[in-house]
Amino acid sequence: MDNREILVDIKNLRTFFYTEDGVVPAVDGIDLTIHRGEVVGLVGESGCGKSVTALSIIRLIPNPPGKIIGGEIFFHGEDLLKKNAEEMRMIRGDKISMIFQEPMTSLNPVYTIGDQISEAVTLHQKIDAVEAKKRTIEMLHLVGIPEPERRFSQYPHEMSGGMRQRVMIAMALSSNPDLLISDEATTALDVTIQAQILDLMRGLQKKLGMAILIITHNLAVVAEMAETISIAYAGKIVESASAREIFKSPHHPYTYGLLQSIPKFTEKKTNEPLPAIEGMVPSPYHMPKGCRFNPRCPFATEKCREEEPEILEFSPGHLVRCFHPIES
Amino acid sequence: MATRLVEVQQLKKWFPVKGGVFAKTVASVKAVDEVSFFIDQGETLSLVGESGSGKTTAGRTMLKLLRPTSGKIVYKGKDITNLTPNQMRPLRRNMQIMFQDPYGSLNPRMPVGDIIQEPLDVHGIGTRKERKQAVATMMETVGLRAEYEKRYPHEFSGGQRQRIGVARALIINPELLVLDEPISALDVSIQSQIINLLQELQQRLSLTYLFIAHDLAVVRHMSDRVAVMYLGKIVETADNDELFDHPLHPYTQALLSAVPVPDPDVKRERIILQGDVPSPVNPPSGCHFRTRCPYAMPICKDQEPLVIEVAPGHTVACHLLTQK
Amino acid sequence: MTEKAVEARKKGQRKSSDDYTYVGMVFHRLTRHKLAMFGAFMLIVILLFVFAGPLVWRADPNEQIEGLEGMFNVPSPAHPLGTDDYGRDVLARMFFGGRISLFIGFISAISSTIVGAVVGLVAGYYGGWADDLLMRFTDAMLSIPTFPLLIALASVMGKGIGQIILVIVIFGWMIDARLVRGLVLSLKEQEYIEAAHAIGASANRIMWRHLFPNTLAVLIVSTTIGIGGAIIYEASISFLGFGVQAPFASWGNMLQNAQQFIWNSPRLIIYPGLAIFMTVLGFNFFGDGLRDAIDPKLKL
Repeated sequence: MDNREILVDIKNLRTFFYTEDGVVPAVDGIDLTIHRGEVVGLVGESGCGKSVTALSIIRLIPNPPGKIIGGEIFFHGEDLLKKNAEEMRMIRGDKISMIFQEPMTSLNPVYTIGDQISEAVTLHQKIDAVEAKKRTIEMLHLVGIPEPERRFSQYPHEMSGGMRQRVMIAMALSSNPDLLISDEATTALDVTIQAQILDLMRGLQKKLGMAILIITHNLAVVAEMAETISIAYAGKIVESASAREIFKSPHHPYTYGLLQSIPKFTEKKTNEPLPAIEGMVPSPYHMPKGCRFNPRCPFATEKCREEEPEILEFSPGHLVRCFHPIES
Repeated sequence: MATRLVEVQQLKKWFPVKGGVFAKTVASVKAVDEVSFFIDQGETLSLVGESGSGKTTAGRTMLKLLRPTSGKIVYKGKDITNLTPNQMRPLRRNMQIMFQDPYGSLNPRMPVGDIIQEPLDVHGIGTRKERKQAVATMMETVGLRAEYEKRYPHEFSGGQRQRIGVARALIINPELLVLDEPISALDVSIQSQIINLLQELQQRLSLTYLFIAHDLAVVRHMSDRVAVMYLGKIVETADNDELFDHPLHPYTQALLSAVPVPDPDVKRERIILQGDVPSPVNPPSGCHFRTRCPYAMPICKDQEPLVIEVAPGHTVACHLLTQK
Repeated sequence: MTEKAVEARKKGQRKSSDDYTYVGMVFHRLTRHKLAMFGAFMLIVILLFVFAGPLVWRADPNEQIEGLEGMFNVPSPAHPLGTDDYGRDVLARMFFGGRISLFIGFISAISSTIVGAVVGLVAGYYGGWADDLLMRFTDAMLSIPTFPLLIALASVMGKGIGQIILVIVIFGWMIDARLVRGLVLSLKEQEYIEAAHAIGASANRIMWRHLFPNTLAVLIVSTTIGIGGAIIYEASISFLGFGVQAPFASWGNMLQNAQQFIWNSPRLIIYPGLAIFMTVLGFNFFGDGLRDAIDPKLKL
């Protein structure tokens, strides 16, 4: 039981995209809870809806063709989906910040990084330019950028990928947000740089106490960082539990299959083929009837092909959406 | 006794940086800076490294897709370094490449059947009917329905496109296949399928692989031997188990320690490297790694470490080991 | 889109590439392109007018009616489009003039595209000194003032339709050359070109089998615009006296000639002007459709 206050409570979120070729049910009934100071992982492959969930929280879904058609997102007890554009603007970048995968495209190439961070600072805090610069340099120092005074006047292209990601983090944390959303923020980085950035994020989380929603397809990254993990597939959450439970006793066939199929870094080479999950992620225009995972599931029965399972509590704190969850 | 299929000696590939009014060469990107390795028939050698390591350039230069700046490439005993493109053409039947990007590596205006058939067309193999049959067989072999041969690349998923890429590379029965990050752009659950396919094909068709990758877990699963690259140099080469169990070069050690594992209970002893990778235009003097090495000594600045064999099949380029 | 619309759309599923040959596919897609079909319709009307017209309305385009009362006649049963400043039947002149204009327009546009495409492909693919040489030559040609050279050429070669086409091609290929070269330079970097090299494909194969089809879209548009340009260009040449010579008609020279009579008889401008307008528009629309039809990624 988590005693911390609930920060974000997403209930039955549905975000659909209406395109020329049909309707894409990108997020189709996702529930997610984030407590104060908690690190939550949202894991899945392409088409699972994880990025769309993040964009729905901060209401940055492009409309058209996207639309949040149902559900509630409670933040500090208030439903974000009922807020107007002005109110959301106050929250975005201030109480809830987001960092993205490709820092080069998230940073404006014609402004110095110092200016960009200062802009983020002055947007939300009532301080003057001199104060803002001071705060910016503090942030650059906090995220481990050496010689922050000099770096203040540098442009994004003068910095490496790892540095730019640190700048993004500095920008995101400058307002001391309650929630940091990280959308595949380390996916494009080299493994040694990724280690640095994850280390940094862990340190900052301990120091500043914000909650982090880590969105990634990399199970190893989420094993290191998250306390609680939710696994998404084709727009729905299929399993949700503590990190240990997910890795030690996965109950959903997809989670289980995924964990089995990835090559193990710590194991010697055998010549056995990997137990791969057959088939492909379903096309969003042609979702299978019944459980969305059933065409690829080795345990699927007739019931799975006809009805969609609800998400149920298998054991305390461990939710699974499956008619035949795997015992451990 | 294993036959050496290909050997690369002191290979250099430098890219000129032009500057000034007259576009003179003012500097060079030392992408591949004197690397040597070999691949025996039937084995998988992996070339690992991060961005700027030169692994991709090394693979392409070995295949003569890029012209070597200096050094030697020997294929089955024959020196192919200075062969012209025309002279290389018949050899290209034996050495093929599979690319990383499932979206850019297939001509968007060609039906996939034609794409797969092209190597046969180029080398004039078989009659028209035989070629069509070969394409159909190949498609089935890689797990695609043969009746999709008239479809265009954009009608397939990323994983399927990589299968098309493999089919194209293997249809002329090459001996050597360079795999340039073939699964990095794919979803996790599809990666395993493609890894299995590549291993099965290697068995079935007696292929030799040069596997270029940055995902060390996949490398561990697939390789017989591994060579680690940093800033244009090979810093360590060893057999699979040997490298992962006893990494000797400080960079290899840091690299291996940085890999996250999908197990929340495992507490990693992380060697966090400080700073960024230096620019390959101006690599540090002496040992290229010295600016980030936790064990750097004065000699590392003055002298480039030589590659020495520390144990059978295990070579390292590091002063720490030559000091003994 | 509502759920109902989605279902309806699913029912009318498009056929996939599996079912057609390449040409069949292009044709199928072309016929579904509204703008292209409208353009095609306009072109068919014009072609019918120009080629079948004389079968319906027999008159000599060069026969002059003597005297003032023959000039600038308003449309009448004897002359459905009236007569021009020489008393000639305008309708008949429109038929035969159209044939000449269309011929000149089409042939010169295609020829200059072909010449330009070859130059651009070779320069773009090979790069290096070949590229420098070809591009400097192209630049030189672009900087030559057209009309003085035109006059010089005409005095050497004489006047006639062949000469007009030659001149238009000589002054027109450079645009396509630059266009194609630029495109080839960026296409060259694509991985599938590298893949073709890896297979052992020859330079010719890469240029024509891989690069050229990816430049077709641009070339089609350029050609269709070029046809309009060529027809209008022919008009200016005619004005200088180098084009289609009197008494023969072309829409171009009819238009030029009629300019001086804009107050007397504005319809003499309107007929050829409208015809040129419809032709250019028709080719442009059709060209757009053709470009879309050959793009496999575009859903039609």
